[in-house]
Amino acid sequence: MAIILDHVSYIYDADTAMAHAALEDVSLTIPDGQFIGLIGHTGSGKSTLVQHLNGLMKPTSGNIFFNGKDIHDEDYDRKALRAKVGLVFQYPEHQLFEADVFSDVCFGPKNLGLSKKETELRAYEALKQVGLEDAYFYQSPFDLSGGQKRRVAIAGVLAMKPEVLILDEPTAGLDPRGRDEILGLISRLHSDTGMTVVLVSHSMEDVANYVDRIIVMNKGHVAFDDVPRNVFRHYRELEQIGLAAPQVTYVMQELKAAGLDVSVDATTVEEARDEILKAFHM
Amino acid sequence: MKNEEMLRTENLTFEYIRRDEEGNVEGITKAVDQVNLDVKRGEFIAILGHNGSGKSTLAKHFNALLYPTEGAVWVDGMNTQEDSHLWDIRQNAGMIFQNPDNQIIGQVVEEDVGFGPENMGVPTQEIWQRVEESLKAVGMYEYRKASPNHLSGGQKQRVSIAGVIAMHPKCIIMDEPTAMLDPNGRKEVIRAARALNEVEGITIILITHYMEEVIYADRIFVMDQGHVEMQGTPREIFSQVERLKELRLDVPQVTLLAYELKKRGLPVPDGILTRKELVDVLTRIYAQQT
Repeated sequence: MAIILDHVSYIYDADTAMAHAALEDVSLTIPDGQFIGLIGHTGSGKSTLVQHLNGLMKPTSGNIFFNGKDIHDEDYDRKALRAKVGLVFQYPEHQLFEADVFSDVCFGPKNLGLSKKETELRAYEALKQVGLEDAYFYQSPFDLSGGQKRRVAIAGVLAMKPEVLILDEPTAGLDPRGRDEILGLISRLHSDTGMTVVLVSHSMEDVANYVDRIIVMNKGHVAFDDVPRNVFRHYRELEQIGLAAPQVTYVMQELKAAGLDVSVDATTVEEARDEILKAFHM
Repeated sequence: MKNEEMLRTENLTFEYIRRDEEGNVEGITKAVDQVNLDVKRGEFIAILGHNGSGKSTLAKHFNALLYPTEGAVWVDGMNTQEDSHLWDIRQNAGMIFQNPDNQIIGQVVEEDVGFGPENMGVPTQEIWQRVEESLKAVGMYEYRKASPNHLSGGQKQRVSIAGVIAMHPKCIIMDEPTAMLDPNGRKEVIRAARALNEVEGITIILITHYMEEVIYADRIFVMDQGHVEMQGTPREIFSQVERLKELRLDVPQVTLLAYELKKRGLPVPDGILTRKELVDVLTRIYAQQT
């Protein structure tokens, strides 16, 4: 099963003089279990796109199918859809509000109408999944560090047991270790549960280390959609639309231009290292 | 000009009292602990440190938003604890914060930039002159009549910087000015900061989590648990890859690649900072080999 976007367009302020298209004729298939990086500069349409995936926004034209059903059919249960397609917004810790961590994570499953027992079981599992220690469960979420708060916010979405997890800039504002920890956590969730993950990011470096596929948005269109190494081959075009390939991609390009016998496909530090050592016969 | 002192701290310590919900004292946290540092006029200084290392608390002492519990801070020779210096200090050391939306108050860009000098009592004719200069310095002059709501994050942040420059400060403290921006916005803001430093000679203190932004700094201070844990030139700091990782930090991707190659036996020097340096070194070794 999958999410399918079929010729989706979205126009802000339609029928007014301010009308402008945030999405223009976007067609995509997101199969089960993929780990996808969604990239684009501010205003490229990527946030509008993710809000279509769980029915928060309705396309001006075109259709969105989740597991074979059109999510804007009259009798479609969009509330259930939002549990299945979990969205973690930017700076999700701003949305924590309960008196203690555990209650905060219970909020989602409780609203799904689950029993108290099931709700608490799910909250417990979700907090374990994000690696938060028991000692923190009954503390105020506001006493936690930035990285911990973000884990609690992610647990709140995981407790809904989503099939698809979408995270909008989950590492914004974190220090480098905190960033690596959150990205490592997301990658582990993906491999352990097999859920589909869509990671919205500005950083090609972050994304290159983890994802199977990169979708690049520009001016409401899909500019590139491929495995990371094929996307980064277009580093010149990426620059023109305000993005950049990882630094190592440029290093490999420049080494090749300087006459070294290296492939330019490396997208991570490890791949670049191995490729360079090979050229030096080491 | 670089030998004149801009800013100095002496055994700066800042403590705050933690309280529970009923207001009972739970304990005392030292956010800044015995910090001694000095910044010369015209320097570009970077402060690194993980979340909670005390770098923002330290920065808020540089324009008298916070006062030391112990020790002292001098800005342009003025002790920040003396009330009579407060306005001079705030005018001489401007501050830029993380979220551009929290710093803009005007309905029109040029109005926003004029707010600072207007409050200082600068004559109207001169305000307009300063607004024009400041907007030109950050490359935002063509947007002077625009509404800040219609600007990108990077543009808004540059308007905030122009608002500070219009007060003719000697020093600008930037507390994670690029944390909420996309790669383009980040580039714009860092370019503006470097230009102000190089062209106008304004002292810059940049706090950031992005390692690539600090490779052109004159000196870097690395904070941990309220202390200055490391200090030196970017090359000196980024030569210590393992130490930085212990401090929850990182190095630029090229620096890491160079370090990994060295570990495997390639004769690459420590502390490579730019793509060009790495490519030059590798092509030289390659030419010697063949």
